[in-house]
Amino acid sequence: MDGRPPGVFELADATGLVQRAKLRLLEMHYQSKVGHIGGNLSALDTLISLYHFCLGPNDKFVLSKGHSAGALYVTLWTMGLLSDEDLRRFHGEGTRLSGHPPLSGIAEVIFATGSLGHGLSLAAGLALGKKLLQESGRVFCLMSDGEWNEGSCWEALIFLAHQKLDNLTFIVDLNGMQGFGSTKQVANLDSLADKFRAFGLATLEIDGHDVPSICSALASRQGPLAIVANTKKGCGVSFMENQMAWHYLPMSDEQYQQAVREVVECGKLSATV
Amino acid sequence: MRQAFCNGLVQQAFLPNFVFLTGDLGFKALEPLQDAMGSRFINAGVSEQNMVSVAAGLARSGLRPWTYSIAPFLYARPFEQIRNDVCFHHLPVILVGNGGGYGYGVMGSSHHALEDYGCLLTLPHMRAFVPAFDSDVSTMIPELMQCDGPVYLRLGLSEEPKGWPVPEYAPWRKLLSGNGSVLAGVGPLVGGMLTALAELKEEVRPEVWLVTELPIADVPAAFMESVRRTRRLLVVEEHTVHGGFGQMLAHHLTAAGASLDSFTHKHALGYVSGLYGSQKFHRAECGLDAASIVAAVSVQ
Repeated sequence: MDGRPPGVFELADATGLVQRAKLRLLEMHYQSKVGHIGGNLSALDTLISLYHFCLGPNDKFVLSKGHSAGALYVTLWTMGLLSDEDLRRFHGEGTRLSGHPPLSGIAEVIFATGSLGHGLSLAAGLALGKKLLQESGRVFCLMSDGEWNEGSCWEALIFLAHQKLDNLTFIVDLNGMQGFGSTKQVANLDSLADKFRAFGLATLEIDGHDVPSICSALASRQGPLAIVANTKKGCGVSFMENQMAWHYLPMSDEQYQQAVREVVECGKLSATV
Repeated sequence: MRQAFCNGLVQQAFLPNFVFLTGDLGFKALEPLQDAMGSRFINAGVSEQNMVSVAAGLARSGLRPWTYSIAPFLYARPFEQIRNDVCFHHLPVILVGNGGGYGYGVMGSSHHALEDYGCLLTLPHMRAFVPAFDSDVSTMIPELMQCDGPVYLRLGLSEEPKGWPVPEYAPWRKLLSGNGSVLAGVGPLVGGMLTALAELKEEVRPEVWLVTELPIADVPAAFMESVRRTRRLLVVEEHTVHGGFGQMLAHHLTAAGASLDSFTHKHALGYVSGLYGSQKFHRAECGLDAASIVAAVSVQ
């Protein structure tokens, strides 16, 4: 447990934090024998960056890619907002940590999501609410790339651009993989960044596994702001990277041990750089 | 009814938390509300899914969002947004669907709302209001502004007989006395058949009850007493049989141990001949016109 309040960014802290979160995420998914680990690993750096180095007391966050709930739970664990016992119960009978963000029981989860294409509109509503109530703070939304197949995302994009919701930032976890193929194979939307720019949005393209880059982009005061985070599904675990199977599969004992070894090794390398 | 709706909301425009969203509809109807509300009147464009989720976000922020469109565009298109974002979270979002039942007449099936309150009432916390008269709308609006959960408001045309004094609002109202069977119906349809029913001789004239809030609750003892006494019930509604008021009432009566000799349910039947016409045309095809109801009462 880090226990340190967010707001002060140090690169060394971030690297260790992400590694610890990644190991806990692997452990949680291994113990619960559930899938979705790939998209959780691609989103984890962004979630850690958001919660530890970006979100202020007046800010709000919506996880539109609800299938990355595991990464969110682990991030909240690093904040001391969920316990080890909570994580041990993930995905189990009588858990409050369902496979997608729950309706109640976690104050940081404003909306239960899971069906794609809802989060950006919900975030737009929160952002518009802040404007109408003349409240400070920003609203952030993390989306998947496959999610942009949903027409409702484009409805939301039209709306937030037209309403000039400059207090709204959304991040697309662009890992290039979706439910039953790569995004290029299923419904090619390249380049999403160009499409956002065509709607008049300030758009940044970043390395979604580089915490300083993520934090720098999140700190941008342009708005409405789209951040396209280039990521790898299964990032940090060689046999999971860019493999669609890890949208679904649980880990075997051997796979879990190998994944842990790779993440630990990667951490040692980072520490020597 | 749209004018009463607009006027009623204009009177609430001073409320700082009140926000109105329209799915690009309201021409020649909602302009006074637009003028009264300024930036809190938002044309969300032709994008009902986004509009409903945005409303959920506004409600989560402590605001009171009302959303408006032609009925099926508001409950059928964004059903998942209503379910996941509004109802599951128990948020006070008001969904206002204009043109209940066959209200849009010859515009066609896409514009009709025949299964609206039935499917919406399967969702948690949802309540449906079906005003029958303009004055009902005026009474409902301040109440809905204070509601603690999602609401569907089905608007139609007020059909009260000329010169007939509309009784004071209540979710269940007895509109006519009679010694025939008991008739219970939902919304404006009932107003449209009052004159014909009133002309019947007292011994065949049904006791007529109007219901304007669903799911049914607090069923008046007087209604139950009449049903138990006559043992003959006719239910009318401009809605499909499945999920409709008739099924709700049959469930209620069965649970209450009220047995009947006769239960007739007149309801929307879709497109009987495959032809299109006015609301009156479609009602007649379903046996929901006044003449058909009079005939049904007479044989009951």
